[in-house]
Amino acid sequence: MSTLTPTRRRNVVSDILIVMSRELRPVTGDPFSLVVGLIQPLFFLLLFGPLIAGAGQSPWAWFVPGILVMTSLFGTAGTGSNLQYDLQDGSHERLLVTPLARSALFIGRAIKEFVPLVVQAVVVVVVMIPFGFRPDAGGGVLGLVLLGVLGVGIGSLSYALAIAVREQDWMFWTVHQTVLFPLMILSGMLLPLDEGPGWMRVLAQFNPLTHVVEAERDLFAGQILTPDVGYGFLAAAATAVLGFVLGLRALRASTD
Amino acid sequence: MINTVSLSRTFRAPDGEEVQAVRGIDLSVAQGEMVAVLGPNGAGKSTLMRMLSTLLPPTGGTARVAGYDVRTQAALVRERIGYVGQGNSSGHTQRALDEVVTQGRIYGLDRAAARARAAELLSALGLEHLARRRTQAMSGGQRRRLDLAIGLVHLPALMFLDEPTTGLDPQNRNNLWDHITGMRSRGDLTVVFSTHYLEEADQEADRIVVIDHGRILAEGTPTQLKQRHVGDRLTLETTDPAAAERLRALLAAMDGVGTVTRQDTVVTGQVTDGRAALPNAIAAALDQGITVVAADTRLPTLDDVFLELTGRSLRDDGGRPATDADADASELTTEKAA
Repeated sequence: MSTLTPTRRRNVVSDILIVMSRELRPVTGDPFSLVVGLIQPLFFLLLFGPLIAGAGQSPWAWFVPGILVMTSLFGTAGTGSNLQYDLQDGSHERLLVTPLARSALFIGRAIKEFVPLVVQAVVVVVVMIPFGFRPDAGGGVLGLVLLGVLGVGIGSLSYALAIAVREQDWMFWTVHQTVLFPLMILSGMLLPLDEGPGWMRVLAQFNPLTHVVEAERDLFAGQILTPDVGYGFLAAAATAVLGFVLGLRALRASTD
Repeated sequence: MINTVSLSRTFRAPDGEEVQAVRGIDLSVAQGEMVAVLGPNGAGKSTLMRMLSTLLPPTGGTARVAGYDVRTQAALVRERIGYVGQGNSSGHTQRALDEVVTQGRIYGLDRAAARARAAELLSALGLEHLARRRTQAMSGGQRRRLDLAIGLVHLPALMFLDEPTTGLDPQNRNNLWDHITGMRSRGDLTVVFSTHYLEEADQEADRIVVIDHGRILAEGTPTQLKQRHVGDRLTLETTDPAAAERLRALLAAMDGVGTVTRQDTVVTGQVTDGRAALPNAIAAALDQGITVVAADTRLPTLDDVFLELTGRSLRDDGGRPATDADADASELTTEKAA
């Protein structure tokens, strides 16, 4: 019989890499698509920044890290809609019939979010240097890693949502819009919450983005060993774990 | 290659009602066979294909595919089968060649082998000039051929094709079947495909399994099915509808004649032996002063078989509900008591 013999034993890690590189291909084949995601944060920076500048103090050390988290939020929260396409047109189904591990189908997609996000963040940072942004090199690299972890987490939650509401696709954007803006405003990424009412500050403490934003500000300022940085990584990791658990559960439920 | 026993699948609708999509299917497919699963929309074809390809766990019965149980050994089944679903297999933002190569990598081919195999397939399917094209910029026929390439990249021993030609124009349909036939001639490939195109099942399949309401109604080679279920088909044409109506009644009263229908001046009857019935029918018509202007006897089409099996016509229109013309024809159908 003319059946091919596989040349290697399969394992989950290689499955994840296959799924991840497949997901990255449209991005690497058309890097310009990343620029679209940069227009909004750059406008925010250049038009909002001067407004919030303190007396004689550069606003960027405070504002750029917040905008980076915003890029991460907006860049990955909608990524589930790509999966919705694949669920509807059959390419997800085709992958389900292959020997790919089910978990790899999900994890490969989620981890993929890391790459475009970090590339976008680097562009934002580099663009802001001529305007007077002075990031700390070591802290900045850690800051990018933290952003990537958060992106993986939000991306997985987005995928989990896409799978869970696959029968009603309009639901995806309804939930997306309902959740996104409160999360953004209650994280202090655009406007400081220190002067806000007490209930806002309490809610913000339960928002993982708040901790990531504060950690990013410390990191880009070169303050690496602070409690805020610890909480930031914890919050991002918790988001990622929650996203993985919900996503894998949704995927499993969808194939019965 | 395939062996199912009482294979069943029940869905629970959102309102809590249970829907039995597939009810107790016993099916065997031998290695190298090309089997068509024929039925109207909603007959259970896709549910059956999805269970056999491990996409959907059965809720009853068992199925062994390529030597393994679809429920308990799904991973082993997946290694051995290829599947082309009703949708597009390729991601819409991906490029054609990349998708075939990725599929090869998924099945454990190294990059060089996957690329070589993908190039070979694209060329065999007439897609080599589209290798770098994004799939969303390809036509329906091109994407369907790409689906086939994706399904075949690992040289599976068994291939499932779920309505592979639905939505394609006749030229693209023929083209796709030419490729499938070509693939089969090169290896010992077993193919199970579902379709609601009668002529496709008739022309392409070694064996046809007719299903409706989740059950197998009949199976056999196209010729067997036509003979077993309706015998021959006798067609007589006369001069005017009134004469034709008299002829219909006359024919219906004859021995060895089954269902008789009339449409305008043409009377069609199902007979056990057309060559014996034709001269008798003409003689009887002459006796009654009815002029027969044209006469013909032949094996029935699969549509006749389908009509008899399911009580409804499966027209070559993509399985839409019966049209007005169908309704008119069935009004004139006389069932002869057995």
